[in-house]
Amino acid sequence: MSDVITKVKQKQIAQLIEKDKRLDGRGLTDYREIKIEQGIIERAEGSARILLGKTEIVTGIKVEVGEPFTDTPEEGVLTVNAELVPLASPNFEAGPPDETSVELARIVDRGIRESKMIDTSKLVIEPGKKVFVVFVDVYVLNHDGNLIDASTLASVAALLNTKMPNYEIKDDEVKIKPGYTQLPIKKHPIEITLAKIGNKLIVDPGLDEEQVMDARITLSIDDDGNICAIQKGGSGSFAPEQILEAAKIAKDKAKEIRKHLKW
Amino acid sequence: MPTFFEKRQVVTPGELVAEGDYIPGENTYKEGNKLFASRIGLVDYENKKVNVVALKAFYVPKLGDIIIGTITEVGFNGWTVDINAPYLALLRASDVLSRPYKPQQDDLPTFLDTGDLIVAKIFSYDRTHDPQLTVGEPGLGKITRGEIMKVTPTKIPRIIGRKGSMISMIKQETNCNIILGLNGVVLITGKTVEDEQLAMMAIRKIEDESHTSGLTDRITQMLKEEKSKREENKK
Amino acid sequence: MNDKPDKLIDKKGLRLDGRKFDELRPLKLEVGILPNANGSAYIEHGKNKILAGVYGPREVHPKHLTLQDRTLIKCRYHMAPFSVQERKSPAPSRREVELSKVIRESLEPAIFLENYPRTGIDIFIEVLQADGGTRCASITAAALALADAGIPMRDLVVSCAAGKADDTVVLDLMDEEDKLGSADVPVAVMPNLNEITLLQMDGILTHEEFETAIKLALDGCKKIYEMQKEALKTKYVGVKDLEVEE
Repeated sequence: MSDVITKVKQKQIAQLIEKDKRLDGRGLTDYREIKIEQGIIERAEGSARILLGKTEIVTGIKVEVGEPFTDTPEEGVLTVNAELVPLASPNFEAGPPDETSVELARIVDRGIRESKMIDTSKLVIEPGKKVFVVFVDVYVLNHDGNLIDASTLASVAALLNTKMPNYEIKDDEVKIKPGYTQLPIKKHPIEITLAKIGNKLIVDPGLDEEQVMDARITLSIDDDGNICAIQKGGSGSFAPEQILEAAKIAKDKAKEIRKHLKW
Repeated sequence: MPTFFEKRQVVTPGELVAEGDYIPGENTYKEGNKLFASRIGLVDYENKKVNVVALKAFYVPKLGDIIIGTITEVGFNGWTVDINAPYLALLRASDVLSRPYKPQQDDLPTFLDTGDLIVAKIFSYDRTHDPQLTVGEPGLGKITRGEIMKVTPTKIPRIIGRKGSMISMIKQETNCNIILGLNGVVLITGKTVEDEQLAMMAIRKIEDESHTSGLTDRITQMLKEEKSKREENKK
Repeated sequence: MNDKPDKLIDKKGLRLDGRKFDELRPLKLEVGILPNANGSAYIEHGKNKILAGVYGPREVHPKHLTLQDRTLIKCRYHMAPFSVQERKSPAPSRREVELSKVIRESLEPAIFLENYPRTGIDIFIEVLQADGGTRCASITAAALALADAGIPMRDLVVSCAAGKADDTVVLDLMDEEDKLGSADVPVAVMPNLNEITLLQMDGILTHEEFETAIKLALDGCKKIYEMQKEALKTKYVGVKDLEVEE
């Protein structure tokens, strides 16, 4: 069957939203069921698998030794990549990252980086020469809407699960020795995405809702309730008051969703 | 029921022109009670209808329009025609042959080839398919001689003038036959190159000064002056 | 080696380039400067120098991307290799891919997509020189290019960023403030409809600071919008033609 959403369903969603209801019975500010498992890929330095409703994401973390950026010689490196693997959706094709995958990776990256979740100063092995590079690879295994929030949650959970190898410098070379140290974590950013349908805002849009929404807005909130990243997406628009309302809702929901994480 | 601009004032896309019981005309749209401009142009009121005469627009095909186009491709059973619009147009072989097309016998490029110019009429067009052309009426068909010039399509009505007054005057003064394609392409056929150039000069001037008044008189004046200059030079 | 300034705002409340917290950098706009494009515009904003060109509505290439019921908008934001301090490779970076997407999404709401089904509108943005806030300047120029192409629009789109330098929320970040400040909030808006079409943020802001930043950015947008209108009118109605006889 084609994945084009029928006009009948579009109408259904619109009519329900008018009455503050959604197709799956959720309230406008309800998230789907969240399940998190950590440490599922033993070969990776850290990993987590998350189910947000039927959206499934696995994030794997690899920690390797590399060079710092020239303008931050005393900081480790964080890099985020996202793969929308073809088996996750009839719309995903194999090939280099398209704009959806690039945007997804960069929004997840911004949330982690701007909130200063990882204490990158503690990732330095030899200032200016050798640091730990943390690779966050987001793997989307099933797309049923709201990849952004799910990917962020999976990545944060995976980072909480991550251990860096112990090392010593012998003969000017970095030698890995047995044992591990937990990745130095300071904050736990949560991203909350709201979709605009008709003139209402709903959190955690499912795939059907994403196909009819005017636009979406994602806010990344840190443990103190500060906003550390925002991204509006979609070809629609928001009134300024709606943006401020979305920010309020995101602040509350982030607190709630953060409880799913363990550290 | 307020209006916010006077007739002939310039508006830009999105500017609020009127509020209340008005009807959105050309290059405007309404959202709720508010009527906005959608293109840059001059405001014009026709009783309750608000129009914006666009200063820049492109040609959108319309059923029945006479247009001048260029053959860009010879296809399986017809030709693809560039009509200076967002859509390419199609001319069926059967239309040119006036009988069913026989691929074994008929060699399409001998009738019309890439690069040929035609005057045609749009006889079929809607949102779901590209415009289809016909040359099966008198005055239509392949163009073999003359000068082609491109003008902004929105200026064509001004070049025609009220009840054709402007274009008739130019034809008379320059002794040229002029076909105005509604898609902004103009064909001028005169007895001499000078005559054709005179006509082109007149049309360019109308394009540049289309939003001013007293134009017909000024153009007539200009043509008469140019012609007497030529007589002088010949002596 | 570059010296990093101690403070971005001095004791008198003036920024590195002498501006107050709510002042825009110098701006220049010109419409219709590329003869081949259907519509075009050029913007200088601070040291930014950006060209925007529009082709369309025209046939979609590749054909299989054609949408049956509407126009397909494509947008390419690209930086010239010589536009930044350290030469940038001409190949599209991930940042350019993301910006191409968000810029397209900031302009789409202003276009009547259903008017010309089965066609495409291509927007090309070339950053010739970059100085903080390139995406905002790009959007401001691209909207003018669309209007210059005669494409019907619900409204223009105008864009400006606010941010946080030292401890103050300021308008229109320059390059050093962008790199050393603690937040950057680019905003794009359809000024007559008051609808926000682009909103991003990176950094850390409290809710109150965020609200202040949005208000500042929207004010800045209003001022730039006046300049957009001027630029369009200058191209289409020469000064002498403004006195229209009747």
